[in-house]
Amino acid sequence: MTKAITVSGLHKSFGRTHALAGLDLEVEAGEVHGFLGPNGAGKSTTIRVLLGLLRADSGAAQVLGRDPWADAVELHRRVAYVPGDVTLWRNLSGGEVIDLYGRLRGGLDQARRAELIERFELDPTKKGRTYSKGNRQKVALVAAFASDVDLLILDEPTSGLDPLMEEVFQRCVEEERGRGRTILLSSHILSEVEELCDRVSIIRNGRTVESGSLSELRHLTRTSVTAELAGTPNGLAGLPGVHDLDIQGRRVRLQVETDKLDAVLRSLGESGVRSLTSTPPTLEELFLRHYQDELQEEGAR
Amino acid sequence: MTAVAPAFAVRTGGSRQLAGTGTLLRFALRRDRSMIPLWVAINALMVLSMPGTLKGLYGTAAQRADLADQMATNSSLRAMVGPVFGESLGALTAWRIGVYAALLAAVMSLLVVVRHTRDEEESGRQELISSAMVGRRAPLTAALLTAAVANAVLALVITGGLAGQGATGALALGLGIAGVGMVFATMAAIAAQLTESARLARGLTSAVLGAAFVLRAAGDAGSSDGSSVLTWLSPIGWLENERPYAGERWWVLLLFAAAVLVQGVLAYTLAGRRDIGMSFLPTRPGPATGRLGSAGALAWRLQRGGVLGWSVGFFLAGVVYGGMTDGATDLVGDNDKAREIFQRMGGQSGLTDTFLAAMVGIMGLVAALYIVASVLRLNGEETSGRAEPVLANAVGRLRWAGGHLVIAFGGAALIMILSGLGFAVGYGKEIGPILGACLVQLPAIWVIGGLAVLLYGVLPQGAAAAWGVAGAALLIGWVGPALDLPQAVLDISPFGHLPKLPGGEMDWPPVLLLTALAAVLVAAGLTGLRRRDLST
Repeated sequence: MTKAITVSGLHKSFGRTHALAGLDLEVEAGEVHGFLGPNGAGKSTTIRVLLGLLRADSGAAQVLGRDPWADAVELHRRVAYVPGDVTLWRNLSGGEVIDLYGRLRGGLDQARRAELIERFELDPTKKGRTYSKGNRQKVALVAAFASDVDLLILDEPTSGLDPLMEEVFQRCVEEERGRGRTILLSSHILSEVEELCDRVSIIRNGRTVESGSLSELRHLTRTSVTAELAGTPNGLAGLPGVHDLDIQGRRVRLQVETDKLDAVLRSLGESGVRSLTSTPPTLEELFLRHYQDELQEEGAR
Repeated sequence: MTAVAPAFAVRTGGSRQLAGTGTLLRFALRRDRSMIPLWVAINALMVLSMPGTLKGLYGTAAQRADLADQMATNSSLRAMVGPVFGESLGALTAWRIGVYAALLAAVMSLLVVVRHTRDEEESGRQELISSAMVGRRAPLTAALLTAAVANAVLALVITGGLAGQGATGALALGLGIAGVGMVFATMAAIAAQLTESARLARGLTSAVLGAAFVLRAAGDAGSSDGSSVLTWLSPIGWLENERPYAGERWWVLLLFAAAVLVQGVLAYTLAGRRDIGMSFLPTRPGPATGRLGSAGALAWRLQRGGVLGWSVGFFLAGVVYGGMTDGATDLVGDNDKAREIFQRMGGQSGLTDTFLAAMVGIMGLVAALYIVASVLRLNGEETSGRAEPVLANAVGRLRWAGGHLVIAFGGAALIMILSGLGFAVGYGKEIGPILGACLVQLPAIWVIGGLAVLLYGVLPQGAAAAWGVAGAALLIGWVGPALDLPQAVLDISPFGHLPKLPGGEMDWPPVLLLTALAAVLVAAGLTGLRRRDLST
């Protein structure tokens, strides 16, 4: 499979702040890739390097097979970008901005533009200063989705959108995927990422801490298990990888590292299982784990 | 339900409307802690240095009487500065600088008021502030009080500084200047209710200020004692009719008070009838589809309003200066000292040419402000975050910057040509030489523009220093000759190297060298822009 984006060992500092400290990122062509991390982790900095707006201090980055700094203009013909905070010109209408961006990228699908304006319920005749935050975001989204490009880079694109529009946005992303386009989606809305993304990368402090498909990532974390047993449980506490064990008579609740699940189930089976629920970790839990690691690290300092 | 209702009852009127005014006032003064003192200092310096300058020019009573006679007959000069009402140094100071100090006070006031009213609403900051314990009338009141503080300090400094020439006249002049300031503060408060954008509010008020200047100029051109109806229609005219140092008419101050009161009440009434962020002149919808298709077209769209304004202004200034050339030449010719100053500015040839060269030189200095403003649009686009999505399209940085730079550097040529045409209309002779003189200013203007590009490209955090560069050139070119500064100082400014045209010898080497220097500066700035990070 070809890679749409390959980044390895990316470093970037602003004065004394190390925004990126050896970041790696791989995005396959045709996938929707979630890009997660707490505020200030370096997501937007990475995206700006990928767009050739910032120059990396060291490390390698390739976007659609090109160097984003040296070949910025050629590359941008095939890339559409939606920033997290869209600023418009106060005296230009939304429609004018959509068409301007489209032309600057080398073309806009007029039928798709009209359809998107309809679906996002955007009034393209309003001037830049009269749009609300969500509507400014829609202007950039319509321009991006109506452009004929291979890669969409979306930096928290749904901030300010209402739930209905969020739904429209997700539908649009799925359509883009259907057309074989690659999407890099930076987002804090984990349900959105879970719904849309084939694979995700989680970054923290300018480094990639997790990367893979959601099921791969889940495998690395804990599954919660709740069971009602026929007899009293025994030996559970001694099993490797078991956490937060809570036994109330015949009722058992525990968390287990997913690759150690087998031993737990065997142990439960010995006592006889009346009922069993096992929930894989949500992305929230995955994500929170990284937040909490960070908090603990800070607490330890 | 009924038991709960009173707790939610809306209280209207009463002192709660002004809740938080004190806090907002202190906050505004803190935000303006460098801007207001700077405005006041420049204005006061201009006024307070005048008696000394005039003493040098018109040292004897005979010379001053002569000047007063001249002004009585010279309508074009009266249009520029107003009539002379007395022959004391104080009266001449009020005559020479009153109109301009009032203009400066008006500009300061309108900027302060719009900055703390419509600017705040437009940016959305006001919403957050108004959600706190802040009365509905507090923001406007705090803005007007801020302007009042600034004008009061200005009046105080002028009164104190000129007291040596007579305290009564100094007080009258100080109060009159501050009065004009407050008239335009309240005018700006009205404009801020009418328009949705701060830019437009500033523009509207400035237009009224321009009209006030023109009314007074027209009135004074027609009558030598300020008694024309046109002069009385203009707040700036009230200042001269208040007659500081020439038998003060204190009752004229009531006109200022009345205007401030009426305009203030109107502003509050309008403010009370609209919602936050809304306006009485709402923005009209724009087209649903656009024709803009390139970074250059976008740059033109963003800058065309500014180019148009500067073009009109430069043409009109040319017409005015051209029209007063003959009259000014007569006046200057009679005074050795004044002639010397003009010769330092405009070269040693016939007096008319000298005057024209000095005026064209001033136009060139002012055009340097245009080019800096235009070049720094790049910085504004970048820091506001609007450049980022544009450059994320298939647009190179050079092409993006190039669009703005063509407008900056070409626009400078355009406005200089238009001012030359204005001179041709106003003066009616020597069209070719005057146009040539205007064009000769361009290399120096371009060098200033080139410095702005260099600063922006290499040191974007310090791009605003380009204003300092243009300001320094303006100061050296304007004040330098009057202070008889050594050539070494005048040579710091690129304008100091230009041949004095019309009248002087055309001197190609400095003109070509400055042009080449400008090109090098632009190239260096663009190279810096290509290599650096975009600020985010």
